[in-house]
Amino acid sequence: MSLLQLENLSVTFGNFRAVDNISYKVEEGEVLGIVGESGSGKSVSSLSIMGLIDFPGKVSADKLTFDGQDLQAMPEKQRRKLTGSDIAMIFQDPMTSLNPCFTVGYQIIEALKTHQGGSKKELKARAIELLTQVGIPAPESRLDNYPHQLSGGMSQRVMIAMSIACDPRLLIADEPTTALDVTIQAQIIDLLIELQRKKQMGLVLITHDLALVAEVAHRVIVMYAGQIVESGPASEVFSTPKHPYTQALLASLPESAAGKARLEALPGVVPGQYDRPLGCLLSPRCPYATDHCRQVEPANQGDLDRQVKCHTPLDSEGRPTA
Amino acid sequence: MNQSNNSFDNASDKKLILKAENLKQHYHVRQGFFKPDAVVKAVDGISFNLEKGKTLAVVGESGCGKSTLGRMLTMIETPTGGSLAHLGEDLLTLSSDAQAKLRQKIQIIFQNPYGSLNPRKKIGAILEEPLVINTKLSKAERKEKSLAIMAKVGLKAEHYERYPHMFSGGQRQRIAIARGLMLDPNVIVADEPVSALDVSVQAQVLNLMMDLQQEFGLSYVFISHDLSVVEHIADDVMVMYLGKVVEQGTREQLFENPKHPYTLALLSSTPQLSPDKRRVRIKLQGELPSPLNPPSGCAFHGRCSYANERCKSETPVLRLDENTTQEKDHLIACHAVEEKRIDIISQGAA
Repeated sequence: MSLLQLENLSVTFGNFRAVDNISYKVEEGEVLGIVGESGSGKSVSSLSIMGLIDFPGKVSADKLTFDGQDLQAMPEKQRRKLTGSDIAMIFQDPMTSLNPCFTVGYQIIEALKTHQGGSKKELKARAIELLTQVGIPAPESRLDNYPHQLSGGMSQRVMIAMSIACDPRLLIADEPTTALDVTIQAQIIDLLIELQRKKQMGLVLITHDLALVAEVAHRVIVMYAGQIVESGPASEVFSTPKHPYTQALLASLPESAAGKARLEALPGVVPGQYDRPLGCLLSPRCPYATDHCRQVEPANQGDLDRQVKCHTPLDSEGRPTA
Repeated sequence: MNQSNNSFDNASDKKLILKAENLKQHYHVRQGFFKPDAVVKAVDGISFNLEKGKTLAVVGESGCGKSTLGRMLTMIETPTGGSLAHLGEDLLTLSSDAQAKLRQKIQIIFQNPYGSLNPRKKIGAILEEPLVINTKLSKAERKEKSLAIMAKVGLKAEHYERYPHMFSGGQRQRIAIARGLMLDPNVIVADEPVSALDVSVQAQVLNLMMDLQQEFGLSYVFISHDLSVVEHIADDVMVMYLGKVVEQGTREQLFENPKHPYTLALLSSTPQLSPDKRRVRIKLQGELPSPLNPPSGCAFHGRCSYANERCKSETPVLRLDENTTQEKDHLIACHAVEEKRIDIISQGAA
């Protein structure tokens, strides 16, 4: 049984579909990378799993299960018990995700107290243990620090310590390193992967950095304007992309254009709320689009292990099939 | 440091647009009534030459002083030491009138296009403001000029009457670039111009910048932390760490034959798409030290795996690597490289 399974999950805000019928699953001990540009719905889809979409947002899904339990059907109280302990999340900006009014120790212990309980002494010892696990030097002294006394990398380590406090089985990391420098990014990613291996967690890594996903993820999902356009094993998706969008994204990276003066830029921008095209959402930007693409929305082809949402998926040489 | 500058001068004096020598920006920080002021050496002795039509990239982590350098080059801040010459004229010793004239020739593009455009002004007004302040062009001439520049950066004429909120991030950055071009500058300082943009849009803006460089013969000072972008656009690269340059050279030298342990660590920490390009990961411990209280000796020694006693006490000087004398403008500030304590790792691109 998969750890997390979604089928046709949609998130709507009024008439706007931020996430549009996405399906995927996460296995235990698997690293799943979700990539896409801003506005592609990658954060909103993960927030909906955590149950963090507020009014007027609406979440609907044919199936949304964690370890066989239906997250939609269960009472709110039970779901709150699950999120934060079995499903945990790390947010993008560590500087603003920590509460500036409370000490680091207080914030870690708060999570522990809610989900596990225990005496003050035990909780403090556990908090120190967690801070040691995420590689913070002199953790005892850090407990009494306020977030403003920590650097970006340290705050992100504290966020990670909070999220792994209750030994989650699924960890969702939403752009965990975007606000950090490369050398610190390398440290944080190494730490996440190490923890993931040790605890056999499922890890959903949401990022816009394709190269980062290529390095650490087992499977990859590429999102565009709220839809999954391609998914599959990381090595396959990056070596032989089947969707024109994936191909274009890879081509627009500077490292794909080594020795060439110009980058292969994809024209235009991701469609927003009011300019969604008919048919395939990529059709105005796609070099291979036909009239058929501009009229009819393509269906997902293939099973969950390797799917592509395109009328004319690309073959192994990167040309569209008729 | 000086040897290289001299060799540069003789060869290409005419094309030299911007020449910085030993630029310094030291801030005094009050620490309280009874304590003496502390000095933050945000930029501490940087020298470079920028030729016409070339791109100099400045790379480093946040807090290393790269943005301060950009602000000094555009004279937003006055350097506290050193000299800065534009086409042979020293910017720092000129009268303020003459300085104002020269400053038109060095323009800046900021990182965040959402913050750098006034939301209450129309695009036309934003673009024409530099002309209103600095030239005596009539209203019609100003409009003509801004429409011409807008066409150059890929904006349509109907965008003239719109407000910044009506544009996407990529288009806003185009507006910012257009504003930088209004006064026909020679040098554009681009402070992280694409780091707020998505990859596909980033490629569009980088292409635009390269096209404009060819068309107008612009020189760029390209400040960035993204090494893959730098590798694509730069001619020369300068790696900064805590206000000092640790390695300086051409793009080929830096990316194919990096020497300084910090450059090696930066390159190896950058994720790579293709597995065969990945380098042996050099793990850096810890974070950038506080510039208020920088380490003694080499600022990098606390995080460097090659550091020895000499690194802790003696500050390394930026100089030519004597082991590879054929590369004449590849400068490195490292004792370990000098003493040949690291040769194996530099081929770490396996």
